[in-house]
Parts: sequence; C-alpha cells; structure tokens
Amino acid sequence: MDVFSHDVLIVGGGGAGLRAAIAVAETDPKLSLAVVSKVYPMRSHTVSAEGGAAAVIKDDDSLDDHAYDTISGADWLCDQDAVELFVNEAPGEMLQLEHWGCPWSRLSDGSVAVRPFGGMKKQRTWFAADKTGFHMLHALFQTTLKYDPIQRYDEYFVTKLLVDDGRCRGVVAIELATGRIVTILAKSVMLCTGGCGKVFPFTTNANIKNGDGMSLAYRAGAPLKDMEFVQYHPTGLPFTGILITEASRAEGGWLLNKDGYRYLQDYDLGKPEPHPVLRSMELGPRDRLSQAFVQEQEKGRTFEGPYGNYVHLDIRHLGKAKIDKSIPFVRELCRKYVNIDPVHEMIPVRPVVHYIMGGVHTDLDGATPLAGLYSAGEAACVSINGANRLGSNSLTELLVFGARAGNAAAKFALEVEGNGISAISAQVGDEQRRLEKDFLEKQGGTERIATVREEMQKIMEECVGIYRNGKDLERGAEELAKLRERADNIALDDHSHTFNTELTAALELGYMMDSAEAIIHSAKARHESRGSHQRTDFPERDDDKFLQHSLAYRTESDAPRIEYTPVSITRWPPGKRVYGK
Amino acid sequence: MTTESGYTLYHPKWYRHPVSVWWWLSSWGYMKFVLRELTSVPVAIFSLLTLWQVRSLANGSEAYARFETWMSSPLAVVLNVLIFVAVLFHTQTWFLAAPKAMEVRLSGKRVPDILIIVSNYIGWGVVSAVVAWFWLGR
Amino acid sequence: MADTITVSVSRYRPEQESEPTFQDYDVPFRDDWAVLDAINHIKDNIDGSLSHRWSCRMGVCGSCGMMVNGEPTLTCAAFLSQYAPGPIRIEPLRYFPVIRDLVVDITSFMTKLKKVKPWIIRKEEKALSEGEYRQSPDELDAYKKYSMCINCLLCYSACPVIGLEPNFIGPASIALAQRYNLDSRDEGALERLSILSQDDGMWQCTFVGECSEVCPKDVDPAGAIQRYKLTGAANWFETILPWSSK
Repeated sequence: MDVFSHDVLIVGGGGAGLRAAIAVAETDPKLSLAVVSKVYPMRSHTVSAEGGAAAVIKDDDSLDDHAYDTISGADWLCDQDAVELFVNEAPGEMLQLEHWGCPWSRLSDGSVAVRPFGGMKKQRTWFAADKTGFHMLHALFQTTLKYDPIQRYDEYFVTKLLVDDGRCRGVVAIELATGRIVTILAKSVMLCTGGCGKVFPFTTNANIKNGDGMSLAYRAGAPLKDMEFVQYHPTGLPFTGILITEASRAEGGWLLNKDGYRYLQDYDLGKPEPHPVLRSMELGPRDRLSQAFVQEQEKGRTFEGPYGNYVHLDIRHLGKAKIDKSIPFVRELCRKYVNIDPVHEMIPVRPVVHYIMGGVHTDLDGATPLAGLYSAGEAACVSINGANRLGSNSLTELLVFGARAGNAAAKFALEVEGNGISAISAQVGDEQRRLEKDFLEKQGGTERIATVREEMQKIMEECVGIYRNGKDLERGAEELAKLRERADNIALDDHSHTFNTELTAALELGYMMDSAEAIIHSAKARHESRGSHQRTDFPERDDDKFLQHSLAYRTESDAPRIEYTPVSITRWPPGKRVYGK
Repeated sequence: MTTESGYTLYHPKWYRHPVSVWWWLSSWGYMKFVLRELTSVPVAIFSLLTLWQVRSLANGSEAYARFETWMSSPLAVVLNVLIFVAVLFHTQTWFLAAPKAMEVRLSGKRVPDILIIVSNYIGWGVVSAVVAWFWLGR
Repeated sequence: MADTITVSVSRYRPEQESEPTFQDYDVPFRDDWAVLDAINHIKDNIDGSLSHRWSCRMGVCGSCGMMVNGEPTLTCAAFLSQYAPGPIRIEPLRYFPVIRDLVVDITSFMTKLKKVKPWIIRKEEKALSEGEYRQSPDELDAYKKYSMCINCLLCYSACPVIGLEPNFIGPASIALAQRYNLDSRDEGALERLSILSQDDGMWQCTFVGECSEVCPKDVDPAGAIQRYKLTGAANWFETILPWSSK
C-alpha cells in the first residue's frame, strides 16, 4: 500500500482548488502541498463558465450595493457577514488574478471593462469575452506551475476521507493510470470538487460534476447545508443542456414565447424596454426567470420540441459586430450544436440545472465542523448564495473563499501534529477491500450503471424540479431509496485495473445518490417557497419558521437527519425582493 | 506476478505505436509538406544552371553557344519545365506562409492574411513585368 | 438514411493483450449526435469496459481528443452525420503512448508546458492597491488568439516532428509561450527565448502547418512558431552586432 504524506491536501483542481493551492504556497512555501484531481486541472468544470465574475471596481458602484444585490438575490437566506466579507475581498482577488495574467476585456483607456448581469443594480461583472471561466482557470493553472511546492496528483480518484479521533487525516485514492490504491495523509484536507449537477438529466454541467466532495464530507459526518436550493439557468440548449451565457441577455437579448412576446413582463419583472435595464426583465434573477418559463409552459405558450419545451432567445438585434465582439462563443455553440446562426435566427432555450447553492457547511474561513476538513467553491456552502445565486458571483467566490480556506488550511497544518499511518491503517484496509469486493471482483449483478443513473435523474427532474410539492417529494424519496438497493446490484463489465472508468462511474453514481438523497429530503422538510425552492403546497416565504439554513446529516437509514441553523443577519433586515422597478 | 501478456499488477504497460518511415504518405497534408520541401532541389538545380549561364557569358560567345545548345536539347527542356512547375509550387506555398511568419499591423489593427498574400503576388507580377520588358525590348 | 452506423474502436487492454486491436460496434445513427455521444452509447449500453476521457461536451475542456478516420478530432465537436454512412474508425491520439483503449499519456506535454514558463514574469509586481495593469484592446488583441488554447493536444497528434522526435517541445507549448511573450504585462520574453532556442525548442519545427489545420480553436500555433522564429533570428542578429549590448 503506497502512502504519501503532506501538510495540506486539496481535492479538486478547479478555480477554488488552484487558488487555494497558491494561497497555501504563499502562506508558507515550506508546507508540503498536494493537489489531487480526478482529471487534469485544465479539464475542471470552471473552464465552461462563460459570463463573468463580479467585483466592485467602478466609481458609481459601492460594496453595499453589491452586498444588497447578493442578499436580495439570495432571498435573504445567505449569511450577511459572509456576504460583506465577500464583496469586500472580491476586488482585491480579481485584481490579483489580473496581475497573474488573466486577459480581462478592456475599455479603450486600458482599464478593466464591466458588463451588466442578472439581478445586479450596477455594472460590476468583469469578463473575458464570453469565456471568463476558461481564461480564469488557465490563468490560475499556469500560475500554479511557477510554485514548486505545489505537487499535483493528476487523475487520482479520491474514494474516501480518513477520519480519526474527530479529525480528518487524509484520503484514500485510486491512481487511475494503474489502478493502484494509495493513501495520502495530510494535516488538513480541502474539498474543492464542485457541484452535483449530473444528478439531474438536463444540465449545463460536465460529466465530472458528481458531487464527489459533498458525498465524501457527508459520509465522514459533516453536514450538507441548503441542498434543496438548485439553480436552473434559464437559457440552456435543449438536448445537450449546453449553457448560453447570461451575458447574451446582459448585452440585450430578449426571451420570447411562442407568440413572439417578451413574456417576462407578465411576471412582475418590469416593463419591456428596447435596451437592457438592470434588475429588470431579462436581467432579473435566474430563479424568477426559470419559474416564469414553467408558468408559460403551463399556459401552453412555449414551443414543443423533441427534447422538451423551449422558448426563443433573440439576439438578432444586437448585430453581427457586437455578437462577434462580446459573445462570439455563443455564436460558435449555436452554429455547432443547434445548427442555427444567432445573428439571423433565434436560439431555442429552456431552463437547465446549472448550479447548486447548497454544499458542505463551512464557516467564513472555509472550515467544516470536522476538524482539519475545509471546503470552498461550489462544493461548499458558506453561504453567500442563499436561496438563489446571482450570475457572476460564483467565479469570484472561487477566488475569495479558495484563498481564505487555503490560508486557514495552511494555518491549521502549521499548528497541529502530523499523522501516523497506524491510526488509520484499518480504515485504509477496509476501503481497499470494499473497492475490490463490491466493485472489481464482484460477479453476477443485474443492473447497468447507465440505467440506474438515468432512473435517478428522471426521479430528480420529476420530483425535485423548479416547482415541487409534498406528494412528489415523498414519492421521489421512496423511489430513490429503492434505487439505492438496485445500485447495490450493479454489474461491471470492466474488472481490470488500468484506467477503469467503469469503476469510477460506479463510484460517482454512489456519490450522486448521496447528493440526491440530501437534496430531496432537505426539500421535503422546507415548508415554504424561497428563491429557487418553490413549493406549490407552501407558496409563501415563511421567515418565522424558515429563515434558517437546513443541515442534512447522514444516518444509517435512507433518510438524512435534517436540522436547522440560523442565518446571520447584519445590516439588511429581511425584505421583499423587487425587480423591474 | 507477471502475466503472459507481460503485465505486472499496478505497473503501467503503455503501448507505443511505431512511426513508419512512410509517415508522409498517410495524409495529403503531410504529402504537400514533403513535396514543398523537395522543391528546394529543383530550385537549387536552377540556381546552378543560372550560375553556369553567367559563367558561360563571361567565357565568351563560344562558351555561351555551347550553353544554348545544351539548353535546347529535349532533356534540358523537360528538366526546365519540371523546374518551372516546382518553382511555381514553391512560390505559392511561400506566399501562403508569408503572413504566418510576420504579423503586419497598421495603426494597431492586424492586416488580414489575404492582403499580404495578394500583395506578394502583385509584387511578383511587377518584377516579372519589369524583367519581361527588359528581355522583350532587346 | 440508415438508422445505425458502425463504429470501429481501437481497444487496448494491457492486462490481457500486448497490442491494440479493433472492435466494431453498431450504434444508433442520430443526426444530432456527436461522435462522443456514440462512444458514450457504447460504454453505457453495449460494452462498459471501453475507457475514454470526456467532460464538458462543448469543446472547451480539451479532454475528448481522438483520431477519427485518421484525423485528430475533438469528438464532442464532430458529428456522426459528417461521417455517414460510415464505418467510423476511432483511435487514441497519435504519437502519444496508449495507456488503455482511447486514453493516452499526456505527462510529456505537462512537462513541456511547465518548461516554457507560461506565467507572467515581471521584475517587479505592481501593488494591488494601484489597480490593474492598463492594457488597451489592441494590446489584448496581440496575444488573444494564442490564449484560446484548450490544451486538447490535437496539434501534437498532427505534428510529424512530434512523431519522429518526441522530445520536440511542440506547437501548443510554443503558442502558449508566445501568448505570454506578446502580453504587454509580461517581461519574460528573453527568458523564454533562451529556453525555446535550445535543442528540441522552436527550431525543430519545419512548418508542416498541420497543427494549425487541426486546431479546433483557431489558435494557429504554426503562425505563432514562425513569428517566434523571426523574433529569435532577429534577436540573434542583435547579439552579433558590434554595437549591441547583449
């Protein structure tokens, strides 16, 4: 059994993980630091983000404005001390990334350009054409190459967190290229593994977004917070679910129903103007736009397609020059994947799952209740996104909380004693046996991974969609429990060791089922409608009972134990979310 | 333990496809490249012929007459036709490569590749016209 | 239009065999399916032991590069309809060692990338309190093309020099070096030049030009390398001039 020992271990090599690695390397270059990722870092899903990253930089803007937009966007479910910290540190982090070479789009005077974005009263979204995530990830990744202390374990699949004496001690991982199972010990472990969008059938998310870190933390006893809040992005392509960035609406795109009517005006989002108006119409928050789509669909005013209903996103009036300059990737994606040229035709779009506001419960420094375990990025829930995230806040969140959690993890590692393998060798042995017995060597078995996965996705779409109700949630929870049993009966075709992606798919299915369980049960327990969690049986927001975060703790049974923890309110008492005025 | 296929548990056993000496036949792109590189041979031969022509000139009208006789032989004509075709191909690929080697910017905006290629052809045309004028005018 | 198409996939199971073989599968023919969708269909429904890499399925992560009918291709951006009626031949990226089936080892590229120092090199960093480095849209334009590289490595599979001289640093690495050289915020051009002027650096390139042909993001690495050669040559000339300070 191979054992590697480090001071700090970061699981996940996306925006948050890489930013945290740099933070650790800068805190103390003598710390032994490892970044473990199941894919090469430049393949991380941060790369697909398009629109932009928000930070206050222009004179007409203020930190309080950014905070208010975020808090009202979150329907008051976010922790305001976290939001204040976030908006405060955002500009510094974004400037740091600019210094590290990120090619932000510029104004003619050479200063960084900003664009309007959904739910924001002022323009504060920095962008790099419409491939912001791509440029941010590559700038971060290439910058990490200059820090020698950062040691990477590329294509190592983490299967378990090692916990002993109330502290996280490291991980067990599979070296994909050889199938060798290794132990990586560390004084502090950080989970930056992203969200779990693949739990749903139609999503902008990549294949690798299976909620690995969330499940690892959940199984180790850390709670998952606010999992019921799943963001549907209003404009994804039907069938593939590929993201058509909010920037296309920020630049002036319109959402039109079957009758060519800008239907958002019927949903308390303002009056249609020829040019985009901040916090109004197409620049409203994502949850409200997705909900408007469902209501239009119920009224029969959407198009019917082979892959579900859709509406049109019209950007023809922007003109070829503007499209090629500001959103060229959108044009490329439309031509390639739906065979239309958005300069001349309208884009078919529908809401698709995009982001999970929930995640591993952390404090302001990214620390989870389990000592030595930290988390940042989409995998974590601090929470700054509350019940609904504003577009362009998550890319900035990677930098701010990636750095904070990295610093905290580094400090923890400097303060505590190291780990011996003897304390946890039993756990490691058990894990090795589990992987071999339950997966690799198992014969018989009747289910295929893809079948179980598709069933799970179907249940989630039907029972935990944009509009939910008690009956469907109950049914969904039961069916999910039954599906769990079926998942134990999965047969692998591949019993080899070398780069066995069927084994990883089976493990990922297990992770996704944990997230699905947490989502469904948290949704069942929340008897109100807030942000992206809308219940037809409890249509109103209930601040008396539910201005709290839900915490899902794993139990021996199929259902997690749901507890609640208060939301931190500082300067903005709960109010009404008003858009379009 | 090592199996019959030579695999040892947990040890990587990569396969490296051997690269054939006929690699350049596997695609048209590669063949175009090799042909382009091979045109350097006809160009070199042409340079030698031109040097011989100059030397013959320097050595007097008898030497030049001998040069002209050889150049009118069928073998020499065929050789020259082949050289001409090769030089044309060489020129065309050279001009296509020109904008790649140097990015020309006028007042901050990049000059499109096609303009650079076309202006090279125009330049070639002008020089050819001047040479032709001299030659036809004698 | 037929409703199935034959896909011939290169399989390599190091634990059982010493060489790759081809295995044929019949997949449904849908005109909105990419080649990647066909491969996923095989893995999900027919043969779960087929190993391949993929992630974003929208042409931005660079994971799914493979040889399709002998050409380096991003399988998420190539559609079955382009290859109808088939059969379609799918093999792992050329010139890289094959780990398993369609998965190749790319650690050589990771080493080469680090070698060219692809980060902003400056003698002195500006303080964050002084704001951003000013960079006009034209200055951004100077290197923007080269920053679009998704590290898919199709260019390495297209480059015969990589096949014949595997230590050649390769098109993507040089294009990324140029991305930083031409970035107005960077001051490391000379440092990178000395690295790329060595053996296995830019001079190994013979301008075949296939790398730019296959690049799915129009990065034009061939152009980047030829321009860099010009810069390198000019720089060398300067060093031999009697009045130069170099």
